[in-house]
Amino acid sequence: MNIGVVVFPGSNCDHDCRYVFRDVLGQDVTMVWHKEPSLAGLDAVILPGGFSYGDYLRTGAIARFSPVMQAVKQFAAEGKLVLGICNGFQILLEAGLLPGAMLRNKSLHFICRETYVKVENAATPFTHACKPGQVLKIPIAHADGNYYTDPVTLAGLQANAQIIFRYCTVDGTVTPGACPNGSLDNIAGLCNAEGNVLGMMPHPERCAEAMLGNEDGRLILASMVEGLKKTKRAEAVI
Amino acid sequence: MKAKIHVTLKPGILDPQGKAIEHALDSLKFKHAANVRVGKYIELDLQETDATKAEAAVKAMCEKLLANTIIEEYRYELG
Repeated sequence: MNIGVVVFPGSNCDHDCRYVFRDVLGQDVTMVWHKEPSLAGLDAVILPGGFSYGDYLRTGAIARFSPVMQAVKQFAAEGKLVLGICNGFQILLEAGLLPGAMLRNKSLHFICRETYVKVENAATPFTHACKPGQVLKIPIAHADGNYYTDPVTLAGLQANAQIIFRYCTVDGTVTPGACPNGSLDNIAGLCNAEGNVLGMMPHPERCAEAMLGNEDGRLILASMVEGLKKTKRAEAVI
Repeated sequence: MKAKIHVTLKPGILDPQGKAIEHALDSLKFKHAANVRVGKYIELDLQETDATKAEAAVKAMCEKLLANTIIEEYRYELG
């Protein structure tokens, strides 16, 4: 599979994404500079974490207008997989590819620690290697992870099973105390209505190798790869 | 023409910065400050001399980039 990792000025998790897909999961990875107008030949696109444009004005506000984002919108409209991690999630929100917005963390602190998230929906291309309700330990590192949307949109997300990850305790209980940043409904990650675009604040690419003591994030990235392989095999048969 | 733009969080949106400043003011004994909200001030020069066109341009800038209208509102002065 050919995985594209977009690099904006200020992205800093792009190399970790490349490492996991290429060296841990054995896939081809293409680094895509933000000015690149085409995503031809790619099977999935990752918008990595970091501080694109220094988080100036609002996090992700300027990156969403990078030339590559036109291609990302088209890629998403074609039903292909797009994963936004941390700043990538923020960019997807600003670009309108996912609903809602990010506010400053309730505590005003930049929070850098491991969190537990519950897999609320294991029927997506990003989570089918997980069990429903599985608890994953994944690190977060952000100052603006306080997800907000209006009540009508929230009700829609809940009804449509678009909330994919919620912050929880180690045993999977979703409580306000388990939410590190004030995020609405403990939302740590959500997808679009079609289920092909996922944004998540925790960093799965930071916990994808046994050697680092935590492979929980690998489940998400491997889900993507396995799903793509299945689709390709099915297409080859037809 | 100069545009002076204020971008603020919509009422009801949690503003932890505002709260932190409110507590700081309180601890400095400024007891009468309440409901502190923090926003952004942006200034820019416009080449446009026609007031109607200038206003349309500034409004479009706010809607498209300068404010995230999900969580922020804006107001501007042209002069």
